[in-house]
Amino acid sequence: MLQKVVRSTVIDAPIERVWAVLRDFNSHDQWHAVVDKSRIEGGAAPTQVGCVRSFTLKDGAFIREQLLTLDDREHRSTYCIVEATVPLQRYVATVTLKPVTDGRRTFWHWESTFATPPGQERELREMVARDVYEAGFENLRRHLRLGADLRAPGTAPMPTALPVPCRRVVVRAYGGPQALQPEAGEARPPGPGELRLRQRAAGVNFIDVYVRRGWIPAMLPLPGTPGVEGAGTVLDVGEGVTGFLPGDRVAWMGPEGGGYASVHTISAERAVRLPAAVEDETAAALLLKGVTADYLLRDLGRVQPGARWLVHAAAGGVGLLLCAWARRLGARVVGTVSTEDKARLARAHGCEQVIVTPDYRFAAAVRRHFGDGADVIVDGLGDAASAENFEALAPCGHWISLGQASGPLQPLDPNLLVSKSATFSRPVAFAYVATQDRLAERARRVWEALADGTLKPPPIERHALDVAAQAHERLESRRTAGALVLVA
Amino acid sequence: MIRLYVSSIIDASADTVWARIRDFNGLPQWHPAIADSRIENQEPADRVGCVRHFHTRDGGMIRERLLALSDYDYTCTYEILESPMGVENYVATLKLTPVTDGDRCFAEWSAEFDCAEGRERELSDLIGQGVFQGGFDALKRAFSRR
Repeated sequence: MLQKVVRSTVIDAPIERVWAVLRDFNSHDQWHAVVDKSRIEGGAAPTQVGCVRSFTLKDGAFIREQLLTLDDREHRSTYCIVEATVPLQRYVATVTLKPVTDGRRTFWHWESTFATPPGQERELREMVARDVYEAGFENLRRHLRLGADLRAPGTAPMPTALPVPCRRVVVRAYGGPQALQPEAGEARPPGPGELRLRQRAAGVNFIDVYVRRGWIPAMLPLPGTPGVEGAGTVLDVGEGVTGFLPGDRVAWMGPEGGGYASVHTISAERAVRLPAAVEDETAAALLLKGVTADYLLRDLGRVQPGARWLVHAAAGGVGLLLCAWARRLGARVVGTVSTEDKARLARAHGCEQVIVTPDYRFAAAVRRHFGDGADVIVDGLGDAASAENFEALAPCGHWISLGQASGPLQPLDPNLLVSKSATFSRPVAFAYVATQDRLAERARRVWEALADGTLKPPPIERHALDVAAQAHERLESRRTAGALVLVA
Repeated sequence: MIRLYVSSIIDASADTVWARIRDFNGLPQWHPAIADSRIENQEPADRVGCVRHFHTRDGGMIRERLLALSDYDYTCTYEILESPMGVENYVATLKLTPVTDGDRCFAEWSAEFDCAEGRERELSDLIGQGVFQGGFDALKRAFSRR
């Protein structure tokens, strides 16, 4: 009676990458631990249907197998044993890959039928299932995790346990932009649950200015490297990391900092893979700001058609995204900016009315436009504008304090809120992406909004990593519009 | 001819998921887009050839005929007889395959159909994302272990 063995698994890599290894009929000695040597007889190509491979196994066994089917469209390979020192008779096996479309993973199905000498059925079934198929799954996973399939044949593996040299920006004493000092450093190897990436772009955010000034010491212990988001390519991954492989393009955001560096090691929980359509610089410019717009609109502001939103710094990185997205979701948006140029930009991104005010005077204009004020205020201005903000708030309005460019807000008297039955929030973006699932979900909405035209890519101002101080000077000058990134 | 293919991993055995989805009259019990369903002429829902008559939550009426059902391969194939979508020659297959290393299964939903020129993208999104991925997302939530 014919024996049948079926084993299957899911590999955290796109089907193209897994198939590139498995379609090579002569590759097993590179990734399968039981195979010591492999060669194709007669010098045929390993894609030649009918070719025969000759295996020597680590335990000394010898097997010759013939390729019967190679199907690049169905991602299928069928082969049989023509001669072997193990008693597998009439052995025919098929490897089939299928794409898992909702996550760029691969389903791998491996099955075979064969006959055995009497009494050895069970032993040989287990040998094929465990030592060949299940071990093969684990071995290929490891092969991909090490990026071994990305190397030219014959080159040394990347020293995963070693630090990698990098450029980075270090703060040794809190202060002005000049506190940002570039230097040569090392990115440590990824520990369990971590990945190390070569960054092409790091996002610059106002929170980086606050930590540089020493306003939030917990976020930047000295000496330390600021930067809470970036994008690049995975170099290597630590133990236990699934979903990321060397060569994957990723973006990340997280409060641990360290982003102003050309190579950076982060928790894999903070990272998301990037769709092909989103470039590194766009991702670094957009991830934190887009996620911020997403939780402000959906979770905190619960945007509704007709809702009246007041967005400060409407031509800034978050402001432009908020204007465009809120407008698409049916809200009415008034913005404030400091110059006429910025007003034009904010209008182009969906702001129906823009108030140009270099000195934080806007409440009267907002009330004129919206009747009794704004239902939601997104405030990055801070102390100098707090009285005007409260004045601009409609009854039962929601004042969301996102930043404090003009200085830290004074303590707010709860009784002040009573007079308008108002709500005050002081959110932190990182709390809204506390798990990888939530980060991935919000990021996906941002990339989709970008793809369908809801969000226009903001203007991106680029600075070299080594002149991060200059980028901070620009951001603090209030002369920039859109997003700033450091390119490594 | 348009071909659609959507696949996913669901965190439950193929037997468990199959028990939920094999009922040709059971869409409203697991698919969030379906409001109600009945089998025409009081036929059993697992008789090949039976016709399900159901409404989507936005009010559309759809009639589909069961073309193949396999409890061995965890496969169900059906065609559309009548729908407001504007598709012709529509045949779809929903299939589960066990993943042997862990208590989970690989789910595939594919379809072939013809439609008016220019509507390919819209219908692919509606069926591929709205119907197929929407169904898988609901199953993933229903069988989520977290």
